Parts: sequence; C-alpha cells; structure tokens
Amino acid sequence: MQRFDLQAEGLRALNAALQAQADQTNETAWEVTNPRGAHAIAAGLDAPIAVTVQGSAGYYCAGMNQQATVHVDGNAGPGVAENMMSGTVIVEGDASQYAGASGHGGLLVVRGNASSRCGISMKGIDIVVQGNVGHMSAFMAQKGALVVCGDAGDALGDSIYEARLYVRGSVKSLGADCVEKEMRAEHHAQLAELLRRAGIDADPGQFRRYGSARRLYHFDIDNAY
Amino acid sequence: MCGIVGLFLKDEGLSPRLGAMLTEMLVTMTDRGPDSAGIAIYGNEVPGEAKITLQAADPAAFETLGAALDTALGIEVIVQVKDTHAVVHLPQAHVGPARRWLRENRGDLRILSTGQAIEIYKEVGLPADVAARFDLAGLSGSHGIGHTRMATESAVTTSGAHPFSTGADQCLVHNGSLSNHNALRRRLAGDGVAVGSQNDSEVAAAYLTRRMQQGRSLGGALEDGLNDLDGFFTFVVGTRDGFGVVRDPIACKPAVMAETDQYVAFGSEYRALVDLPGIDAARIWEPEPATVYFWRH
Repeated sequence: MQRFDLQAEGLRALNAALQAQADQTNETAWEVTNPRGAHAIAAGLDAPIAVTVQGSAGYYCAGMNQQATVHVDGNAGPGVAENMMSGTVIVEGDASQYAGASGHGGLLVVRGNASSRCGISMKGIDIVVQGNVGHMSAFMAQKGALVVCGDAGDALGDSIYEARLYVRGSVKSLGADCVEKEMRAEHHAQLAELLRRAGIDADPGQFRRYGSARRLYHFDIDNAY
Repeated sequence: MCGIVGLFLKDEGLSPRLGAMLTEMLVTMTDRGPDSAGIAIYGNEVPGEAKITLQAADPAAFETLGAALDTALGIEVIVQVKDTHAVVHLPQAHVGPARRWLRENRGDLRILSTGQAIEIYKEVGLPADVAARFDLAGLSGSHGIGHTRMATESAVTTSGAHPFSTGADQCLVHNGSLSNHNALRRRLAGDGVAVGSQNDSEVAAAYLTRRMQQGRSLGGALEDGLNDLDGFFTFVVGTRDGFGVVRDPIACKPAVMAETDQYVAFGSEYRALVDLPGIDAARIWEPEPATVYFWRH
C-alpha cells in the first residue's frame, strides 16, 4: 500500500505518481490522505490500480479514468468521473453536479445522492446512484445506463438518444422526448447485473425504465425557428 | 466565476473567532476570484448606536471627518479608520442627517453600509492582501459573508467589489451574472431607488431592498427574485440577525453548506469549509435550486 499525504506532497506529485504506473505495476494499492476538497484528484489514470481517497474531493475527481478503481470515502465535487473511459469510481457520500458527464465507459457508483445533470451527455458509461439524482440528469444521454435507486428530479432524460434510464422512485418530470418504456427480460438482466456490480441489494422488479421516444432524431420543419 | 463564503454562528463562544474563520475561508477561495475581495460582518451592537462604513481612495480624506460631522450634527461621533475604510459610530437618530450631509458635502467618500450591526470591508486585490489591510481576522461578530470576485459584468474597482449593501443592515454577495439588470435598474429608478455602481449584483441587492420596503420579508423578497431576476445566481444575503441563501433554478453556480450545533456555513466549494471546527461530523449538503434557505438568531 502506497500512502500519499496530499496536503504535504501536493496534487501535481500525486497525479504524476499515479499516472506513471504502467499496466504491469506492482504498486496496485494507493491511499490518499488529507484531500481537503482539492480539485482533479486521481485524474487521467490509465493503469489497473486501486486508489482510495480518505475524505472529500473537489472538482473533476477521477476524470478521464481508464482501468483504475478510484474510491472516494467522502463526497465528490462537480464532474466526478467526467469523461471516464473504463474502470470503476465509487463515491461513498454525495456527488455534486454533472457526475459521470460524457463518460464513454466504466462504472460510476454514488452511494449517496447525485445532484443536477448526473450523466449529462453520457456515451457508454454506466452510473448507479443509490440515492436521488437532481434535475436534467441524463440530458442528451447517448449510450450506457443510469440507475437511480431513489427519485429523479425535473426533466429526466431531456433530448435523450439511446441510453437506458432505470428509476426505482418517483420522477418529478420527464424531459423532451423521454418516455417510460416496457421492462423486458433483457432490461431486468442488465439492471440486476449493474446492481450486483454496485453492491446494492435492490429488486429490479421495483424499477421503471425510461428512454428515447426517438421523435427528435430527424429534422422536422415544425421545430425550425 | 466568483467565490462566496458565509458563516452564521449559533454558538456565541465562537464570536471572537468569526473574523479569523471567515478570513481563512475567503483566502481559500482566491482562485475563484483574485480580482477583489470583501466581507460584511455583523456584530458588536451598542443599543441606540449605529455604524456607517465609508470608503475613500485616499485615507487622508478621513482626517477632518470626525470634527466636521460633530459640527454638522451637533453631536460627538467616533471615527475608526482602517486603511481606506472608516467606521463612523453615532447615535441611531442621527443616521439620516449624517448620510445626507455626507452625500452633499463629501463626494470623495463612498458609503458602503449603514446599520446597527453591519460593517463592510472590500477592496481590489488578492483576498489575502485585502484581509491583511483591514485585519479582517481580528474582527468578531455573530455572522458574516465574504466574496472573492472574478469580474464579468463591470470593471475591477472597489465599487464593483462585493458585498453590496442597499438597505440598513442588509448585504448581498453574488456568484453568477444577471442578464436583465439594465431593465431592472430602470424599473428601480422609476421607484426612486438609485443603484450606485454599474454592477449587476448591486441591482439585485437594490431589488431585494425595494421588495422589503414594500413589506416583503427577506425570504419573500428572495422568492420574488426567482421570478424577476433573469440569469445565473447563487446569492448569499445578510440581515441584522439573519443569513439567507438562494440559487437560480438551473443552479450551475456551485454551493455547499455545512451545519453543526455551533454554526451554519456556506462555501462555493467544500475546500472553503475544511478547517471549520467539527466539519467531519457536520451535516453537509448542496442547497436545492430555486429554494430559499434562511436562518435567524
């Protein structure tokens, strides 16, 4: 286990050390102490390492992640796991706005609540939120799945393309072109697998699925200004 | 981008440390707003007495102020000079005449605030430098609000620095930008409310003051603002005994709050809160969009 005191050694040194780990590194376990809400902690990683942040992180924690598992033992600021490509990011507390934004792959788990714009423009990432998500979540979502075990705020899935949204609680309102869809066997299976990977004991039968009505796909003269 | 910090004490035992805690929070928010910084602090009330905070480009302007005010008002005022600011202590009953005299005779002085509890200190420069100039860390009080500015809607000047005070013991700081401030400024002018600077945030402060003059509570005025103010905003406002927070419905501008038995704290980022006592056990949350929060002593 490598221990890194962020306050003493600084962000640049931490990220340089983490980003220097090769695919075959033996230093697979890292612990970051004194994060104090700093920005860009463990951003840009590309190795199969496990990083635990002991406390709360600021903006863009684990951004652009590939392969690594980043565990935040606290809250995460705006843009956690933004543009993640692969790997796993777990936030034990709450996540601020645009968690998992534009992510291409990997799994983001938020054990608390995620605020507005969770999964905005997601492109293949899977996001599992144990609590609630705020307004405009999955805005322009293109691919991947967003699982919300609590409630969703206003305008869920506005202008959504092909991502799958699963919500167990209430949805305050659906955004433009987002509709409720049938839960078929393949959706139950996908949801069960995501819940299992996120370590959440919930019954897939209690969730509803939402997705694109595909009415915004083609140019419609009535929508022109 | 701007930085906001706020601290509302529930535990009077922390009062002597209010300035020190707020200063630390303010300096942490330097990279959100390196252009100017300011703080409004409430406390040290004396029954029947009021305070007027003044700012001058050159502190020499304060040299004869006390004697001139004594003569004009027929009383004895106390003038405490701190760098480019001065706090005039005078009986509550003489506030109106004093403000009138200052406006008519001392165009070189800018009135930053008036009230029983409020004092405002703000200047151009890095937050740490501004804090040192006014020894903000040495201030005590019951609650306070600070702001670090990255200028957008008006120039980097002292009058463009936050907080803005447009009514007795009221102040406002703002992160964001308003798009209808010119129209609102004209509407307020029609109601006889003049906004001193070209700044959009001061228009918001004057709007809230006007709504309260019309009989609304601060909470009610903030609710009205959600309809009448167009743009991005996270506002933190102060009154003599209260502290309020509201974010626009889109809520792009960040906000984190922490509450313990000892205080309610606001920060644009969690970084600003990390050194507060008991923060590890505090309830920490983000204020909901379009929702008014308010605490009173």
